[in-house]
Amino acid sequence: MTEVPLGAEQPFRLSMLVYDRRYRSMTFQVIVFILVMALGWWLVNNTIRNLAALGKDFNFGFLFQRAGYDIPQRLIPYSSDDTHLRATIVGLLNTILISFMGCIAATILGVAIGIARLSNNWLFARLMAIYVEVFRNIPLLLWILIIYAIFTDVLPPPNAYRGDDPQWSMIFFDQVALTNRYTAVPAFGMSNDPGTIDLGARITVNLALIAFLVVIIGGWIARRAILARAQAIQDRTGHRPVTWWINLAVMTVPSVLLIWYFGLHLLAPELKGFNFSGGNNLNNALVVLWLALTLYTGAFIAEIVRGGVLAVSKGQTEAAFALGLRPKATMNLVILPQALRVIIPPLISQYLNLTKNSSLAIAVGYMDLRGTLGGTTQNQTGRELESIVLMMLIYLALSLIISAGMNAFNRSVRLKER
Amino acid sequence: MKRTVFWGALAVTAMTAGAAAADTLSEVKNRGELNCGVNPGLVGFAAPDANGNWAGFDVDLCKAVAAAVLGDPGKVKYVPLTGQTRFTGLSSGEVDLLARNSTWSFSRDTDLKLDFAGVNYYDGQGFMVRKDLGVTSTKELDGATICIQTGTTTELNLADYFKANGMEYQPVNIDSNAEGEQQYMAGACDAYTTDISGLAATRAAFADPENHVILPEVISKEPLAPAVRHGDNNWGDIVRWTLNALIAAEEYGITSKNIEELAKSSENPEVQRILGVTDDLGAMIGLDKEWAKRAIQASGNYGEIFAANVGEQTPIGLARGLNAQWTQGGLLYAQPFR
Repeated sequence: MTEVPLGAEQPFRLSMLVYDRRYRSMTFQVIVFILVMALGWWLVNNTIRNLAALGKDFNFGFLFQRAGYDIPQRLIPYSSDDTHLRATIVGLLNTILISFMGCIAATILGVAIGIARLSNNWLFARLMAIYVEVFRNIPLLLWILIIYAIFTDVLPPPNAYRGDDPQWSMIFFDQVALTNRYTAVPAFGMSNDPGTIDLGARITVNLALIAFLVVIIGGWIARRAILARAQAIQDRTGHRPVTWWINLAVMTVPSVLLIWYFGLHLLAPELKGFNFSGGNNLNNALVVLWLALTLYTGAFIAEIVRGGVLAVSKGQTEAAFALGLRPKATMNLVILPQALRVIIPPLISQYLNLTKNSSLAIAVGYMDLRGTLGGTTQNQTGRELESIVLMMLIYLALSLIISAGMNAFNRSVRLKER
Repeated sequence: MKRTVFWGALAVTAMTAGAAAADTLSEVKNRGELNCGVNPGLVGFAAPDANGNWAGFDVDLCKAVAAAVLGDPGKVKYVPLTGQTRFTGLSSGEVDLLARNSTWSFSRDTDLKLDFAGVNYYDGQGFMVRKDLGVTSTKELDGATICIQTGTTTELNLADYFKANGMEYQPVNIDSNAEGEQQYMAGACDAYTTDISGLAATRAAFADPENHVILPEVISKEPLAPAVRHGDNNWGDIVRWTLNALIAAEEYGITSKNIEELAKSSENPEVQRILGVTDDLGAMIGLDKEWAKRAIQASGNYGEIFAANVGEQTPIGLARGLNAQWTQGGLLYAQPFR
């Protein structure tokens, strides 16, 4: 067999760009690249032309103008005199709040239901199956609206709690009032308030909160140190010291001491004037959205968890049983560590979905990023393009951060190949 | 060679896309239909009836413009727009005309690049509460929960008013009048605030309108005006003068009943000009001679439209008040047709 050195003698012809394997892939890549660039150029150019035709420019100066509107639920101080930028941040924090609450609750619910669906109890497992199918097959927006309608029409206005013989009475030892505006829950009060520190931008944090955080995190670290020491003793002597009561003490006693020191107590909400005050009022918009996102995403997570558990072969369970492990230990030590590897990646997608779905908040008037920047701010300033672009960037950044965090967690649980 | 054609085609597309927004009149004529942005549901101003036919005060303006431009008041496509989507709908070209009880304000006129064609309803913001609440003045609303349509001037006025009076309130943000109605009726808010005309229209749709009261304070000026895109002056002129024709028609006694007769017999030169009997005013705005006549024929003059949709004989029962002719002590004052 003689090998002809390709191209060595042949002069370059244009047709070789298509027929010669050495050039073909490059040719097509260049063509696709040009097409993509042309499309991008056309989009940008078209936007610029149309903006010019409308006499509009592209700038973000509006973010520093006075917002002029109020936001009912907020995590940092805000008034109508603040800028659109601060309103945007208030909205962003609301988005983060609802996403965080939703992810936690949906995970707990999803894991519980996913495992319950595998139960040997026929009725129980079928009921869970019905829950999953009902919630994941009806659009989320409908669930939000249905739950909102139930909250609005079934629960009473605060007025129903008025008078000597009210139609409704508060629950949980007269601490919680359910109304069709908000759920009034107790607030924390302190008889020995240590004051607050200023973080700038009118954001303050109570020193007591910091003290509690320090004590709880410190307790957690101490517990790990104690467990590590116990493990070391066990490795050395084969005898594990009893640690549960030391752990319990480390975790609880400092907190109890702090509660006693600050004089922490509950302030029950009271009906004054039109509304409850004195406690914290959790707007129905937040509660409804939280419930709907949790129930909806929980159904998907349940299926992911079920799939993850089923993916671990039955032989593993049988082997564990054969070694004498009890069912609970089998689940915790054998099944779940392996199932997590299957569960985590789709779980990340569900968290991202939940975060993005929280933008349906506008249906119940919860002022999230979409409600502030993409809603009132956009409408009052007429900066549609800027608002949408900024909103897209923020959601993108948020999703990427969640992905990065969850991927890091995924790396820590995945199969370690050595 | 191919690439040149490609770039050329691209440039042409981009240019037509740019140019399309500039001449609304020929666009509407080519389409044979006027896209009119209206309120998704505010009885008396714009709401579809049981058969899906739109009716109301703002709807009649759409009809008048369609009659003037296309010769048929029925050739209107009504696009329901919420408080949040209305201006985007207009500036993106989804609608040619926004007749949706929108307040004419400085920033909307300038920064939002809208042109307002003249006030068709002088309104003000008020509050509605249940009678059994025992509230008689907005000053007593300290601490109340208030339903407010998000993305409106009323949202800003509300914040300003409570701040100026040193009062607190809890806003419940809602997206449309229908949602506001539901929340207010369920007691999820103590008071509902919007333009007084809107409150009256909302109340008229209640099963028990007598149990609700509109508080006497008017906290803002809300001149409601039809809007068009900034930059197409001719189209703006057409809408402005159609509205003026409706207002002038009431002033000069031209009604949908006597219009044919007046066109033949009237000796008043202004009436003759409006109805296209003498001068050809229509040609100056790219329309024919009888444009204004058709506009008035569509649903009658301003007074007839007002009486039929929101006047005292209707369940909404609004008095003319500021919206009477200047000769009757109101603010309506059509510029001369000349």
